[in-house]
Amino acid sequence: MQQTKPDGLTPSQTVGPYFAYGLTSNGKYDWNDAFSNNLVTADTSGERIRIEGQVFDGDGAVVPDCMLEIWQADAQGRFSDPQDKRALPNSTFKGFGRIGTDAKGGYAFDTIKPGQVADPDGKPQAPHIVLAVFARGMLLHNYSRIYFDGEAANASDPVLALVPADRRATLIATRQPGGNAVYRFDIHLQGDKETVFFDV
Amino acid sequence: MTLVYPVQSLAAHPPRLSPAYKSTVKRSPSKPLIPMRHTLSELTGPVYGHETVRANDHDLTVQGKGEPLGERIIVHGHVLDEDGRGVPNALVELWQANSCGRYVHVVDQHPAPLDPNFTGAGRTQSDAQGYYRFVTIKPGAYPWGNHHNAWRPAHIHFSVFGHSFVSRLVTQMYFPGDPLFPFDPIFNSVTDEKARNRMISSFDLENTKPDWALCYRFNIVLRGRNATPMEKK
Repeated sequence: MQQTKPDGLTPSQTVGPYFAYGLTSNGKYDWNDAFSNNLVTADTSGERIRIEGQVFDGDGAVVPDCMLEIWQADAQGRFSDPQDKRALPNSTFKGFGRIGTDAKGGYAFDTIKPGQVADPDGKPQAPHIVLAVFARGMLLHNYSRIYFDGEAANASDPVLALVPADRRATLIATRQPGGNAVYRFDIHLQGDKETVFFDV
Repeated sequence: MTLVYPVQSLAAHPPRLSPAYKSTVKRSPSKPLIPMRHTLSELTGPVYGHETVRANDHDLTVQGKGEPLGERIIVHGHVLDEDGRGVPNALVELWQANSCGRYVHVVDQHPAPLDPNFTGAGRTQSDAQGYYRFVTIKPGAYPWGNHHNAWRPAHIHFSVFGHSFVSRLVTQMYFPGDPLFPFDPIFNSVTDEKARNRMISSFDLENTKPDWALCYRFNIVLRGRNATPMEKK
């Protein structure tokens, strides 16, 4: 079908509070889930990690009706996307996860530590996961990134460098004590501890 | 490399802080967003609907033991980029209230009946030309707590993946001629009238199925790529 050029984009609207049975795996309804918060597949190589945290609003109240989506490279820094020609054709690692927050605003993702991805100039970025935050009361989702503490590459990451030094910590997941690799990453939608959101 | 997905296109979107929609007041960023260049992380995105979408996931009228109640409708259209190119293999997910304006959700306390044959969730994948099609039930209007006598116009939520993480879109499709439009702060959060009207489907008599279902067309326009090719390493 021949298409004429549209006037512009379809505007964004909120996911509202009732997205659970349509989009997420914790909706408790009879529906085959397309996506989940576990990204690890049988053939996934790399360090297994868990990222967990809570989402808070401007009053510090937990946000129980929030949906988070993550997108990341594999342990070698490759994306499961036809544009990334380096992707292994036999890998079942997709790099995409989605979850709705629970009654305490909590969430968790089980995944692997991503490898380094080059910036447009070919410089390596520090390992990171990209994040989209959706919720009732959010007319347009917020875009952010999850970095990892203890990474030497954070010091030279070109995107972190854009962020005022006193706000960088909001983008860095902190390794929790214990044997398993668990990182804490809280998301503050607003206020003094507001997570850095990017204009992309 | 310059930005591949133009930032100026985003002017169509509503401001994150839209005080008439009360929930935005404590949930919108208080600090300015930080502009950044797109890297491979932003320019790639998940497209794998064909592995999860089943044949009947697009037909919300056949998911139960019997037919859901209400006005059967066909909703179809194209997923396009802003230059009018069809977006192939785009995963399109939708969710909606039933014909009485009630969601199958524990939090929904609207005293309208649930329909045992209607979950209100569906998904499909656009074809090679970006075309998609759903069969569903026209959702009802429902009250909500934003302000005195607040009612949402009938709408269907759409979630669409383009070919990058920055073309991700969640929107709502509305129905032409809805008398609730002037009173809805979510619809009116989009201040530009032309942009707002792009969320309203058009009645499509030509593709209505006689004796079976009315039809509405809803084209979904995602952010488009500039001609500037991505730099090769």
